[in-house]
Amino acid sequence: MKKTFASPDSVSGESRDALIDLIYRLADDDLILGHRNSVWTGLAPILEADIAMSSLAQDEIGQAVAYYRLLHDLGEPDPDTLAFTRSAQDYRCASLTLLDRGDWAFSTVRQYFYDVYKTHRLASLSDGTYAPLAQLARKVRGEQKYHMMHSRMWVSRLGDATDESRERMQRSVDTLYGHALGLFEPTPFEQIIADHGFCTTESGLFETWRDEVHSMLDHAGLTIPGDVTPKHGGRRGQHLPELQLLLDEMQQVYRLEPTAQW
Amino acid sequence: MVDVLGSLFAIENGEFMDQVGTKPIDLERIRQVLDQVKDPEIPAVSVLEMGMIAGVESTPEKTVIRMTPTFAACPAIDLMKSNICEAMTAAGFKNVLVNIVFDPPWSTDRITQTGLAKLEAFGLAPPRRLDNREVDAGLLVDVPCPFCSSKNTTMESPFGSALCRSIHYCNDCLQTFEHIKPVG
Repeated sequence: MKKTFASPDSVSGESRDALIDLIYRLADDDLILGHRNSVWTGLAPILEADIAMSSLAQDEIGQAVAYYRLLHDLGEPDPDTLAFTRSAQDYRCASLTLLDRGDWAFSTVRQYFYDVYKTHRLASLSDGTYAPLAQLARKVRGEQKYHMMHSRMWVSRLGDATDESRERMQRSVDTLYGHALGLFEPTPFEQIIADHGFCTTESGLFETWRDEVHSMLDHAGLTIPGDVTPKHGGRRGQHLPELQLLLDEMQQVYRLEPTAQW
Repeated sequence: MVDVLGSLFAIENGEFMDQVGTKPIDLERIRQVLDQVKDPEIPAVSVLEMGMIAGVESTPEKTVIRMTPTFAACPAIDLMKSNICEAMTAAGFKNVLVNIVFDPPWSTDRITQTGLAKLEAFGLAPPRRLDNREVDAGLLVDVPCPFCSSKNTTMESPFGSALCRSIHYCNDCLQTFEHIKPVG
């Protein structure tokens, strides 16, 4: 039985640094992907998909805020400051989340890869030893089932609908697979996180992700690309230029007038 | 966290459970006040009926209310917090504080029987009970239509006009309707 950590005061030293790094990764992935998904509002191919994408964005951004609140409780700045004033190199999101939306197939495949990752991540966090994070993860886990339902349905539908849909989906799988592997980029904190029982290792998470994704792609008639190099760097703050462009837009109003009230 | 003044109590499933002998009249007063605070997205039901109140601790000097939000990303959290503070303060409670908690996690099983009936009267199909079952797509099929009670309905989308709703269509009365989707 691992020791549990009931409150922010109960973690210190390197375990506190490791926990903070873990929560930044969770929060930043959700915030950045939520922002990318929000641009589908008004543009998705059918009304239901439009509402769904907007709901996914709302959930992801709202869940990011909940993670930022946990960080604030651990002594980091408040959620608005974290979202709207940090530079690109301070973000810990994976490259999968920050790419431009592409076509519907691209966003569908990206969402599916991310949702499978997030589902398994949340399962591990729910059993984790840092109580405030485990409680939030248990709540989000219930909500995540609807994201998963949506993503699976679209991959399954578009994988073998028409030649064009299959071709677009396959192209997106080929482009995005390496970025998806970047979700599991090893970090210097990995062993501390696993030893303290905050969450499982990235490699452990990857194995469950790979098994589920490969079986689904196979079922949808899509081919798993072989010999792909993972796109690493995001977890260390080394990002593609797309992130800076996204932040310039997302942070523009706040930077103009930080004290503005809605 | 038992209070020496003997006024700590908890509410579970909408029922007040007096743990240490609080005067019943105080419980009733708090219940009445919280029942006036409505869910901003579904004004037919109160935060109490939605099962969002996870516990209350009240002394003559201070009242702390624990609120478990329906969705982590619910945009109405801050509004409900300030509405609860306002209503409790107006009713004479001092130093009212609302804490957001995720333990216990909100689930649709926390909605009271009265709450479920009001949701249906409002035109929203109420969720089925989960009883610790995992949510799956099966819970979204054959949802009874809140207008004509027909089960000949089709799920259109697991996402609706608010995070807590899904969209369905009734093949008998030809109405689109929304459903409070089961979350656990």
